[in-house]
Amino acid sequence: MSTESLPRPPSARRLELTVISAAALFLIVGFPLLHAFGFVSTFTISLWGKYLCYALLAMSVNLLWGYTGLLSLGQALFFALGGYMHGMYLMRMIGDLGQYHKPIPDFLVFLGWTKLPAFWEPFSNFPFALTMVFLLPGLIAYVFGYLAFRSRIRGVYFSILTQALTYAASILFFRNNLLLGGNNGFTDFKFILGHSLVDRETGPATLRGLYIATALTLLAVYLLCRWLNGTKFGLVQQAIRDGENRVLFSGYATTHYKLFVFVLAAMIAALGGALFVPQAGIINPEEMKAQNSLEAVVWVAVGGRGTLIGPILGAISINLLKSWASRAFPDLWLIMLGGLFILVVLFLPGGLVSLPKRLAPLWKKLRAAPTPSSDSQPSTLNSQLPR
Amino acid sequence: MITKFAKMFSIGAVALSALVGSARAADTVKVGVLHSLSGTMAISETSLRDIIAFTADEINAKGGVLGKKIELVVVDGASNWPLFAEKAKQLLEQDKVAVTFGCWTSVSRKSVLPVYEKNNGLLFYPVQYEGEEESKNVCYTAEAVNQQATPAVDYYLKEGKKKFYLLGTDYVYPQTTNLVLLEYLLSKGVPLANIGGGFRKDEAGKIISAGKYTPFSHTDYQQIVADIKQFAASGDACVISTLNGDTNVPFFKEYAASGLTAETCPVVSFSISEDEFRGLPADKLVGQLGCWTYFQSLATPANKKFVADFQAWLGKSTVPGIVKTGRVTCSPMVLSYDGVYLWKACVEKAGSFDVDKVRAAWQSGVSFEGPGGKVTTQKNMHLTKNVYIGETKADGQFKILNHFDNVYGEPWLKGKFK
Repeated sequence: MSTESLPRPPSARRLELTVISAAALFLIVGFPLLHAFGFVSTFTISLWGKYLCYALLAMSVNLLWGYTGLLSLGQALFFALGGYMHGMYLMRMIGDLGQYHKPIPDFLVFLGWTKLPAFWEPFSNFPFALTMVFLLPGLIAYVFGYLAFRSRIRGVYFSILTQALTYAASILFFRNNLLLGGNNGFTDFKFILGHSLVDRETGPATLRGLYIATALTLLAVYLLCRWLNGTKFGLVQQAIRDGENRVLFSGYATTHYKLFVFVLAAMIAALGGALFVPQAGIINPEEMKAQNSLEAVVWVAVGGRGTLIGPILGAISINLLKSWASRAFPDLWLIMLGGLFILVVLFLPGGLVSLPKRLAPLWKKLRAAPTPSSDSQPSTLNSQLPR
Repeated sequence: MITKFAKMFSIGAVALSALVGSARAADTVKVGVLHSLSGTMAISETSLRDIIAFTADEINAKGGVLGKKIELVVVDGASNWPLFAEKAKQLLEQDKVAVTFGCWTSVSRKSVLPVYEKNNGLLFYPVQYEGEEESKNVCYTAEAVNQQATPAVDYYLKEGKKKFYLLGTDYVYPQTTNLVLLEYLLSKGVPLANIGGGFRKDEAGKIISAGKYTPFSHTDYQQIVADIKQFAASGDACVISTLNGDTNVPFFKEYAASGLTAETCPVVSFSISEDEFRGLPADKLVGQLGCWTYFQSLATPANKKFVADFQAWLGKSTVPGIVKTGRVTCSPMVLSYDGVYLWKACVEKAGSFDVDKVRAAWQSGVSFEGPGGKVTTQKNMHLTKNVYIGETKADGQFKILNHFDNVYGEPWLKGKFK
């Protein structure tokens, strides 16, 4: 973690940039192209779309936990709220194609409504829904954060409070009276911005578009975090993580810094949720459960806390493993995943991103062993390995 | 060292692929199993995975379906609804299964429904549900509301009950069931004042919700039980409960503690079967009623053989982590079992695994003599079946009190009873 702020040799930096640019280029251009030409199935591309949404959630957790030292267990709430805001728009786009063939969502018909409740009305408008994706989670994060940070709630108490917040919200959303679908939530989406999600001909292209949008969003958020990291704000943020009292006594109003990061992280999570809903096909209060926040924390820990690329790597690799293992070993996959987390915590505390550095000495030894005479070659190779 | 390892690895990979390859030979047909094997629903849904594995082995031992052995593709929905949709996509688009047996909760069914409709797949759904749905891509072997709730009311009316208290967990199945029951009770001449639990009306004064609702995992039933006690003071009242899962424990504890019994005010529960008593204290429910299309205590030769065969299979089973002791059979398990055989019968009638042809066979009416009696497929994708009323015993089994034969499954009940 501390190595992140240390100056690194330019060659390592260049290599890192090359690797990241190549990965980004592949994810944003290469992968969709492979799909367009039929080398990658629609199932796979929408699955990866979901992984990238999870990566956004992980980045939001990392921004708080990795860079500011705030372990928030409420990020799933903001993720779900973003999903709900976008979901309301998607529900309106079903039109009268639902089970009851009425112009209002099915669950409202089931609850005995004959016309649309007033607060649903503006969600037929996409720009409004998109604004709400940012606004509502941002506002809730602002009010909650203001009260929590002003009262100097820190550490484990902050974690418990955020967990309570998301739990309370899930109970609220389970209620049918809230008119947001209750336990079933929103599902059976048909159209997004006039494009069909379910049509056999055009559906795959819509899902490809959603995937590209998700990948571009992830890149934008990555660049934002990278930029933020280099600014004075980023330094203060990390100083708060490493010793908040010292920062406070140096004359910085840490409350404002933390509040800004909390709201920003909420909006990033919400954006991930908004992109998640049309690709997953469902949003319901189960998504707000604290265990989902905890899972995101695990992704960050496995990938590498307090690094820019770690959370993305963690979210993608764990979910990839989860998708594969829950199919290949439906009875054992939870034990496998749990075992992996324990191994990472015990033997790889820096996460997956620290793997190359951890392997470097081993690699050196392996290279050196068969031909001990030519020892100059491995050392130059070694210096090019990413740190 | 590395090369040695790589060599070993590649040999292993070749051996593994050969193994997998031989299992996926052309003489098998892939059948998906989509249940939660982990998470909150695992306790109920794992039993369905077990019974489907048992049924597949039973069918394979007798030569399979159309000469092909059933190859189960088991995936874990993990009680996570977006994951259900993902796994459904995987089964249909990657594994290309001929049919899927799966889902327990309504929300998981709603989550996968668009996937099955988009890919024209076939899902067999085995758990009692609220109706209000009729997809051509789902075979509802489940009990519809008129195969569980209204027969229970008929039974109560015959027993001379005059007052009905409606209680449930706040989600779509209890809400819909109670609205149907309200209409049904009114049509049978029960006055509104004799229906307990409260009503919610819209601006026009139309009742849009009937009964008392508590959230999932609710624990405090003191107030509600006191309310029921007052309601039942006249001695001719009963409770119709659609409470789900673990909330039943605090409810029935409170119920017993308040002095209410099955004699003074019986409770009929639609979500408690034999399998649930593996996690519920049966002694607190002695005498309370259940209503299903099957009970393990059915004394028919077919059922006795089924129970014995399942227990023998469990003893030999090598499924990792399978629970072998204290196992029972229940209605959702039998409806899964019947479902596999009905699918087999439809495939054989159609002479093909093609979904459209199998559906046509289903809609033409196919019968199977299951452990709970004869079941017959209907044009509306539902099932005609027998309904039994049973009384809970201290060992978690039911004593059968009454039965209704060949009840037609009707999903659209709202506004039907006038």
